[in-house]
Amino acid sequence: MKEHDLTLGEELRRQGISRRSFLKFCAGVASSMAIPAAMVPAMADSLAQARRQSVIMMAYQECTGCLESLTRSFAPTLENLIFNFVSLDFQHTLQAAAGDQAIEAIQTAMEENWGKYLLLVDGSIPLKDDGIYSVSHGQSHLDSLRELSEGAAAIVSIGTCASFGGVGAANPNPTGAVGVDQIITDKPILNVPGCPPMPEVMTGVLTSFLAFGALPEVDRLKRPKAFFADTIHDRCYRRTFYDQGKFAYSFDDEGARKGWCLYPLGCKGPITHNACATLKFNQGVSWPIQSGHGCIGCSEPDFWDKEGFYKPLSAGQWGTAEGIAIAAAAGVALGAASAVMSRRNQDKISGGK
Amino acid sequence: MTLLDFARGPAMQIAIIIFVVGIVWRLVGVWALRQKKDLSEPRQKGAWIGGIKGLFVHAWPYKPFVPKVGTQYIVGYVIHLGLFIVLIFGTPHMLFFADIVGFTWWTLPGGVITAVAVITTLALFIALIKRLVNPVQRMISNFDDYATWFVTTAPFVTGLMTTMGMWPHYETGLAIHLLSVWLLLIYFPFGKLMHSFWFVVSRYTTGSRFARRGGMA
Repeated sequence: MKEHDLTLGEELRRQGISRRSFLKFCAGVASSMAIPAAMVPAMADSLAQARRQSVIMMAYQECTGCLESLTRSFAPTLENLIFNFVSLDFQHTLQAAAGDQAIEAIQTAMEENWGKYLLLVDGSIPLKDDGIYSVSHGQSHLDSLRELSEGAAAIVSIGTCASFGGVGAANPNPTGAVGVDQIITDKPILNVPGCPPMPEVMTGVLTSFLAFGALPEVDRLKRPKAFFADTIHDRCYRRTFYDQGKFAYSFDDEGARKGWCLYPLGCKGPITHNACATLKFNQGVSWPIQSGHGCIGCSEPDFWDKEGFYKPLSAGQWGTAEGIAIAAAAGVALGAASAVMSRRNQDKISGGK
Repeated sequence: MTLLDFARGPAMQIAIIIFVVGIVWRLVGVWALRQKKDLSEPRQKGAWIGGIKGLFVHAWPYKPFVPKVGTQYIVGYVIHLGLFIVLIFGTPHMLFFADIVGFTWWTLPGGVITAVAVITTLALFIALIKRLVNPVQRMISNFDDYATWFVTTAPFVTGLMTTMGMWPHYETGLAIHLLSVWLLLIYFPFGKLMHSFWFVVSRYTTGSRFARRGGMA
């Protein structure tokens, strides 16, 4: 039997992975995605029957940070196996093929898996001037996305750029960059935002797709609820210091050294939905707040344009003070005019005495 | 633009502009009025002392009136002190002002601020109930009194709900809380909240005029 035709169960047996280990993995994924424990055996059976999934991963206006993050899950684990099990038919950074050969690989994958392949998108898509600001092999990424999405079973936007436009769409957004779901509206789309996104979220999404044939439940921003329902603040280990009123006011004060809450230093944890606080990065080694920096809110739309990463959430966005100065001048003018009218009225009442 | 971005940005700027225009308009308008001429000889020297005395004498009711209006004063003090403590010593509030003035100061733990806010909110509701139950107070109350109560109470209620996590999302709560504060600022110059500026002036004026005429402040 060809390697391509193996089911996941057969592949596991071939690699000497026990069913017990596989069930443990399924229980872990089910737990992280809030799937009831009773469904784990069914999920495992379904997953074991899954055939190699064709995946086309397109990199548009991006920095490759998302791919870097995803490859960080490369450890001899079952998560790695899931990534290996999918048939990554196109990913221009990882593949050896280039130029016409690479384009042929996409065409072949599309034709062989029409209506079934999973399209992963990394990076924003420029709309301005017909998308001319981001082009590969003579085709704008706008046209490429439209073409590839037609035959896709579902689309997963990886990272904040593909989800919401990200840094490409930051003010003044010179290329008119947007996220995938602002262009494609007739396909199931799932956003996995983050700058970078968490590899475990991708594992969960892929596992869920392989096991159930559908994308998991999403929130209003199309993010998987299992990972994005809570805010960083809800799950932060420094939350207790927030409640006690113990804060760090600079990065080298006593509060910072004691690991107190970073709210005054602009932490966006209270308005950021992501799973960093529980899953952490690099196989659970650490995450930004643990390393002493506040959350910058990278999994939320327009996080670059929130007037500074270091401004506390409760502080206003002032713009310029000109408006206030003009307001004060207008107040003086109105007050003077009122006083003149009142004085006339006073004179009228007193008869000029 | 999210609701929070709107609340932190344009809504705040518009509210502050209206607040500044309104406050300056009213202060200049009153200060530029023609002063009343007092042609009589002063009965005693140092009318200004009477003015200063007036500031404090009127801070507590005249003794015979205490049984009748004492509670009202206590409720008033609880509301004003609570407002001051929460506004100045709540960490998120301090950070708002620190962003403007450029320095930070000591704040109270979140639990203490929450307790003070709860007590203040209860005092605000007691004040409203007293106003509604007392026939005389009810008769002399107008829209301004109820609007003033509403715009003062709303930030406390929305702030407590945000702190206690009673909104579906923190950012929604924070945005609604901020918007309620901007409503307070917008209404401030045009209603009875202007007493924050006038009470010192009016108490001093009354005290000094009484003193000039030989009376007690």
